[in-house]
Amino acid sequence: MKKNVWLLAAGLTAAALAPGCKPKSAQTAISGDAAAKVYVAPGEHDEFYNIVSGGFNGQISVVGLPSGRVLKILPVFSVHPENGYGYSEESKPMLNTSNGFVPWDDLHHIAVSTTNAEHDARWVFANGNNTPRIARVDLTTFKTVEIIEIPNSAGNHSSPFITENTEYVVAGTRFSVPVGDNKDVSIDSYKENFKGHISFIAVDPESGEMDISFQIEAPPFNFDLARAGKKKSHGWFFFSTYNTEMAHTLLEVNASQKDKDYIMAINWKKAEEYIKAGKGVKKKVRYAHNKWDEETHTATSTIKEEVLVLDPTILKDIVYFIPCPKSPHGTDTDPTGEYIIGSGKLAAIIPVFSFTKMLKAIEDKDYEGELSGMPVLKYESVLHGEVEKPGLGPLHTEFDGKGFAYTSMFVSSEIVKWNIETLEVVDRVPTYYSVGHLSIPGGPTGKPHGKYMVAYNKITKDRYLPTGPELAHSAQLYDISGDKMQLLLDFPTIGEPHYAEAFPASLIKDKQVKFYEIEKNMHPYALKGIKDARVERKGNEVHVYMTSIRSNFRPDNIEGVFVGDEVYFHVTNLEQDWDVPHGFAVKGARTAELLVMPGETATLKWVPEKEGVYPFYCTDFCSALHQEMQGYMRVSAKGSNVPLKFSTGDVE
Amino acid sequence: MMILLAAIAIIPAYFTPLWQISLWAPQYPEGLNMKIWIDHLSGNVDQINGVNHYIGMNHIGDEMFPEFQYLIYIIGVLIGLGVLAFAIGKRWSLYGFFGLISLFGVLVLVDMYLWGYEYGHTLDPKAAIKVEGMSYQPPLIGYKELLNFLAYSGPDTGGWILTGGTALLMLAIVRDRLEKPAKI
Repeated sequence: MKKNVWLLAAGLTAAALAPGCKPKSAQTAISGDAAAKVYVAPGEHDEFYNIVSGGFNGQISVVGLPSGRVLKILPVFSVHPENGYGYSEESKPMLNTSNGFVPWDDLHHIAVSTTNAEHDARWVFANGNNTPRIARVDLTTFKTVEIIEIPNSAGNHSSPFITENTEYVVAGTRFSVPVGDNKDVSIDSYKENFKGHISFIAVDPESGEMDISFQIEAPPFNFDLARAGKKKSHGWFFFSTYNTEMAHTLLEVNASQKDKDYIMAINWKKAEEYIKAGKGVKKKVRYAHNKWDEETHTATSTIKEEVLVLDPTILKDIVYFIPCPKSPHGTDTDPTGEYIIGSGKLAAIIPVFSFTKMLKAIEDKDYEGELSGMPVLKYESVLHGEVEKPGLGPLHTEFDGKGFAYTSMFVSSEIVKWNIETLEVVDRVPTYYSVGHLSIPGGPTGKPHGKYMVAYNKITKDRYLPTGPELAHSAQLYDISGDKMQLLLDFPTIGEPHYAEAFPASLIKDKQVKFYEIEKNMHPYALKGIKDARVERKGNEVHVYMTSIRSNFRPDNIEGVFVGDEVYFHVTNLEQDWDVPHGFAVKGARTAELLVMPGETATLKWVPEKEGVYPFYCTDFCSALHQEMQGYMRVSAKGSNVPLKFSTGDVE
Repeated sequence: MMILLAAIAIIPAYFTPLWQISLWAPQYPEGLNMKIWIDHLSGNVDQINGVNHYIGMNHIGDEMFPEFQYLIYIIGVLIGLGVLAFAIGKRWSLYGFFGLISLFGVLVLVDMYLWGYEYGHTLDPKAAIKVEGMSYQPPLIGYKELLNFLAYSGPDTGGWILTGGTALLMLAIVRDRLEKPAKI
């Protein structure tokens, strides 16, 4: 007994003390040539543009790869103090919705336009998640030029994903909600009254202009993400669904009960046929459609009131359900269009479905059941195979074009590389920490550039110098050109990046607009030269036709403005050279400031509340005499006898 | 003398944590640590509960351990008996006290194992994450990998002092044997 206790004590001591017992955590080694691989010498350019969603900041950041340098913050769904987006009179309509002006939204996903399933990088589409919208950014100006609101939708998460020739951008609703005239219903009546709508937005092949073509009324599931079929599967769209339990409370538990949810396959070519045959039903809705005009430098917002809806429970062969384990998050199609990968975020395997098998199962009516008349295909009949023991918490998959898939694992905080055909895991690398989306240049297209991969993480903790409770989100860049993934770089990001797409810089870098031609400026308050600079009064509106050119404003002395007037500074930047913006700020203006690009006109509205002389000045360091670029506006008491007067350079 | 020291060595059990359980995961490089005291828990208990609820584990709290209600008395009695054994100062009292302490240690470990088994195997059938065939019993002593977590269990300060006290008793016995070989 004593001997045993003695041994036990010794054993315990050894077990508790022995440091060698602690299994080594995943490798963190950086090999020697990593720095050289990400070094972009001064004056040199990055090889890829990475268009990165900003998440809760409602913006996009433009990052160069492989350097990881941020090149631009591009405002989309949020006002932007840097350039006056959402503050200037011209840009305010961009953020108009059926609920009025919304200054800040949540932007999750990026879709870079494609032709024949390859990036053409003409436009970037991005989703407004909270107040459902889709935006289009022009990649010659890196500017948001169009925003369309999505009716019958809430939590526009399954969006925007595009077909291979950018025929459509889709927007699937995360929340199912009551629609139509029957909106004030008990939450308990979820199953009867709530609907999940999937929107197909047509994109004009020339102008890029968007128009909601049709919606499909789907069951009240949560729609998470989507991917279009491509090449052989062109004509189909795949949406991941969760909460097929149709719970409306404590989804964390109640939407995690079923062993399988679904990937919803939509035959959109078939939907087009039904529309041609007049089977769509027009429903009354309200949504805003906002467009930016590069000639008037002004946005317009139009409220639209109708949308065409298809009911797939009546119109057969549009919708099929593929069972997919445990609340799939990402659904991704490989570069050939044959394989559809569902990432069940709570699943222990990754199922890979075969498009060919899916078509056959549909042809053979190999169904395991149906949902309100829509067939549910047999899991085994559609399955190509399962990736065994991939890791924990699979979320998203991208491709390298060499037969491999890369899946992000949130819970085990790693990216796993596997062979699409054999389903074997061939490599894994840790991420820091808990990766969400991953991005490979061309990764979602038919032509990936399998050179780099970026992990966009959800947890940062100790990766950088600490900055209080609120930290930048971290990203890691890996070299994936070899057999083994190699960590190259760790860099902080802007906002909370969700999805990002990257493409070769050569696609657009020579197409950039450098300035706007002043002769083409059709803004109603534009000035083509300094001689027309003036001030006009219309009732209590005062319009200042102002020019800015290095290094003066015209007019720069203004009198005869009264408290309570609506003063509009229409500032035209007359410069015709690259990289000479001018700013404009007037003391006390609660509409903030302007930043005006060469050849552009922008308007700042100001309602002075107190009399006095108010200085204004250029906020962008434009020239050696930038500090001289200033002026004064005199504001007098209402009803006082000061005549309207303006001048530049007159000295008495 | 050593018996007294051993008995006194039990006293810190009231002021120091006896046992600790730690968890590391990729997203918890700094680790989560729970300390078990004579009558309460401390450390990252809330965070551990937060993490564990995904797999349907029970909520850890002081109320989970009825031992906290009577452990202070048991330890008190042990100290008293230790002092008594010192006062008696006979061989049988040394052996008796050592036996008692050892028995206590073994019982504690058995109790911990049973708790760990119960905790690791009693999972909410409605848990969000269910991994086929997986249970989450923490290691009794040492390290164990549980999904994305690496778990460690071992004595803490108070536990080590207790162990040290027991070692002193053992030393006392060894010395006793050397000085006065046992008559058969």
